[in-house]
Amino acid sequence: MHVDNMLFTFEKGARKIQLSYVIAKNDFSKAGTVASNIKKTLRKLGISSDIIKRVAVASYETEMNVIIHSHGGKMYLRIDLEKITIIAEDEGPGIEDVEMAMKEGYSTATSQIRELGFGAGMGLPNIKRCADDFEINSSLGNSTIIKVVFNL
Amino acid sequence: MKLRDIQKIINAKVLTGEKYLDNVIKTAFACDLMSDALTFKEDKTLLLTGLVNPHIIRTAEMMDISAVVFVRGKEPDEETIKLAKEIGIVVMTTENILFTCSGILFMNGIKGAELARR
Repeated sequence: MHVDNMLFTFEKGARKIQLSYVIAKNDFSKAGTVASNIKKTLRKLGISSDIIKRVAVASYETEMNVIIHSHGGKMYLRIDLEKITIIAEDEGPGIEDVEMAMKEGYSTATSQIRELGFGAGMGLPNIKRCADDFEINSSLGNSTIIKVVFNL
Repeated sequence: MKLRDIQKIINAKVLTGEKYLDNVIKTAFACDLMSDALTFKEDKTLLLTGLVNPHIIRTAEMMDISAVVFVRGKEPDEETIKLAKEIGIVVMTTENILFTCSGILFMNGIKGAELARR
């Protein structure tokens, strides 16, 4: 993980922050560093701990998904006065059956991933549970884009 | 119950976080799947697991879990300890198996953590 870009703007008192992170395929050694950075950023901004925990869990699950299932990708943290938005956009290979992927317990993870404690098929449903709004766009051969919104 | 007392009753060795042993624990969650650990409601919760890798510590960090117990004599690698130290999480290891460890804690008033529902 490295912070790819940081953008802080304060217009007439309106807070707008965007951070983007690059995530490499199968980079388990750095797994969790994006979510950890997001959590620390929110804590510095004085966001309530209930929201921070929901964002942290959803970010961590999202980050793990990009590491485990994609060819690599980017994650974005956007904060304004009304909401926090987490976006993940990967470089494929896309999800064949999004409806199945949203089912608890369904997973395409390998046994190697399961040995690490992941791939239980709880990731996407857990992200949705944490969020106030959740969108996923994916199809086989294309990018997967996940948008997770938390109201402030 | 204080972590200090938990350490005694489950006969555990503290690997890092000695200075946090006065922290109080009310509930516990025992699992080997991190996706499961990410679904409960943290309430002064102790995480018991037989899985040993740095991802356990990351999971604990995300959940605001202050202490992790590795069961059946498992010892984490240096990287795992280093990360726990950095974040400020207590790490213990015990020879007890997960079932025994959970049973001892339950008998001493520690309740199971609730699942988070929204």
